[in-house]
Amino acid sequence: MTLLDTPSDSAASAASAKRVFLRDETSAVLRVDESNIPLAETVDIDPMSTAPMIVNMGPVHPSTHGVLRLVLEMQGEQVLRSKPVIGYLHTGMEKTGEQLSFLQGTTNVTRMDYASPLFNELVFSLATEKLLNIEVPPRAQWIRTMMCELNRISSHMLFQATNGMDVGAVSMMLYGNRLREETLRILEKVTGLRMNHNYIRPGGVAVDLPDGWREDIGGLLDMLPPLLDEFDQLLTGQPIFRERLQGVGAINTEECLALGVTGPILRGTGYAWDLRRDMPYLKYDELDFDVIVGSYGDCFDRYAVRLAEARESIRIVRQCIEKMPTGDYRLQDKKVTPPPRARIDESMEALIHHFKIFTEGFKVPEGEVYVSIESPRGELGCYVVSDGGSHPHRMHIRAPSFVNLQTMPHMMQDALVADVVAIISSVDPVLGEVDR
Amino acid sequence: MSEESDTAVADTPVADGPVADSEAPAAAEAGSQPETAYGVAVTDSRGQMVLHPDRETYVETITALRDDGFVSVMDLCGVDNLNRVTRDLPVGVGAERFEVVVSLIAHEPPRRIRVRVQIPENDPTVASLFDVFPGTENLERETWDMFGVTFDGHPDPSRILMPPDWQGHPLRKDFAVGSVPVQFKGAAAPR
Repeated sequence: MTLLDTPSDSAASAASAKRVFLRDETSAVLRVDESNIPLAETVDIDPMSTAPMIVNMGPVHPSTHGVLRLVLEMQGEQVLRSKPVIGYLHTGMEKTGEQLSFLQGTTNVTRMDYASPLFNELVFSLATEKLLNIEVPPRAQWIRTMMCELNRISSHMLFQATNGMDVGAVSMMLYGNRLREETLRILEKVTGLRMNHNYIRPGGVAVDLPDGWREDIGGLLDMLPPLLDEFDQLLTGQPIFRERLQGVGAINTEECLALGVTGPILRGTGYAWDLRRDMPYLKYDELDFDVIVGSYGDCFDRYAVRLAEARESIRIVRQCIEKMPTGDYRLQDKKVTPPPRARIDESMEALIHHFKIFTEGFKVPEGEVYVSIESPRGELGCYVVSDGGSHPHRMHIRAPSFVNLQTMPHMMQDALVADVVAIISSVDPVLGEVDR
Repeated sequence: MSEESDTAVADTPVADGPVADSEAPAAAEAGSQPETAYGVAVTDSRGQMVLHPDRETYVETITALRDDGFVSVMDLCGVDNLNRVTRDLPVGVGAERFEVVVSLIAHEPPRRIRVRVQIPENDPTVASLFDVFPGTENLERETWDMFGVTFDGHPDPSRILMPPDWQGHPLRKDFAVGSVPVQFKGAAAPR
């Protein structure tokens, strides 16, 4: 895909794998106490000095995707070392998760990665279901698969919008967000909300698909491909856009694996690892799709991987529409899911079960599980410890953005300050998920 | 729908899902419920394989796992077990207040494993994994920030999510849930 002619030979690759292990001042990570960095107005700056300078970027810089703050050590225009400073959005969602019952938990986790909320709900629900040792009906699994892929499209469209704008293709903000809104319209029609759906819950999904869903989603899938081809014309083939991204922020497979990086960043290095294919969950083992990889692990490859993944998601959703079975959209287990509304009017037991589920919640057997899925940003994991009660004893979300953020100093080393913006954008962090 | 009706109390581990625990060579020869793997006690949690090293053999175990094909640490987090009565631990592993839980992944063949190490309350210290997996740097900082478990040999032992001058560790069970009144600059006084 790329025209860049600087393939890393194996010796250079092994040497750069070692660079992520450095702990002294030769490391790319600027390990300073960010609270003691002097304010610019208190420092007497000598304009002729060539000494390295510490520069703060953020937390409210428009290109930092929320409230990411970077402390950069600059030598002129060149970045020597850097450190992402996070925590500005920290609201203690893992602590909140311990106060909420398993049924309420999805409302909490859905607010973490606000660009792909359904994935958060899915991973929490899967973890809870594994602790309960229950399996949801096939239709619920197909609905979950389809909705998650639609959410992946909307998340990747948001990336196209912000990535384009960050590198100067300002009109992409409109084109990308337009496609995102079209996708969110479908999500709204099915779940009732554009974001933070609380749609996927332990035991299945909240409601069945609405009437006419095949036509709605089919219409979206017919509309998307020509508009994605438009992206190719606007960006992929454009020399200015390619100049801006090719060879910038390169990272290799060894470094990614050592840093625990997953998702499009890892696949951009040419390493085909996708949990949907390699450790299938839901119905991905019955679906036909390709795992998209890049070649050089630079910003352009990460852009191209995400654009191609949106096309693969369209393929997956088409198959989901075809294969959607009939049946229950949630488990009819009165201990876990509320009874159908009509039953409450005629059955005392149904009323009691309904009341107990929404006041007390359901009890989850003692144990601990780690469940993970492939979110648009990489491996999204959920570690839940239950002590036998209706609330989790511990609920931890392994946020892909939080781990992927560690690549930034290594990608930014020796880059120009203008490339820093492209690199932040290509990592595609969602700060709500980083800080939780 | 009917056979699942009282699964809320069922507690049978099932060997399904993406975790293929039988792939580990040490586990394979010992059968479905092996006593030890990689030289440490092992348990099965809902079909997922869990190792229980002590603090002395913790880094050794992780290094052995890395050499056995576990290429990445996916997750590292703390657990506070204050006031928890029953614990699912193998014989010979003493329950302590804190736990550090590490999830590793191998790609060839795809499999996962989890490592749980017990950390006593009076000396909440464990060795850092930075030299084995540098990707644990942020995760260990978060665990220190949230639980007060220190990691020996960590290159940057500082708070990551809470402000640098914060007192206490929020995810500890004895850290009360509450609200801090927010004083907005220039806001009118309540009366």
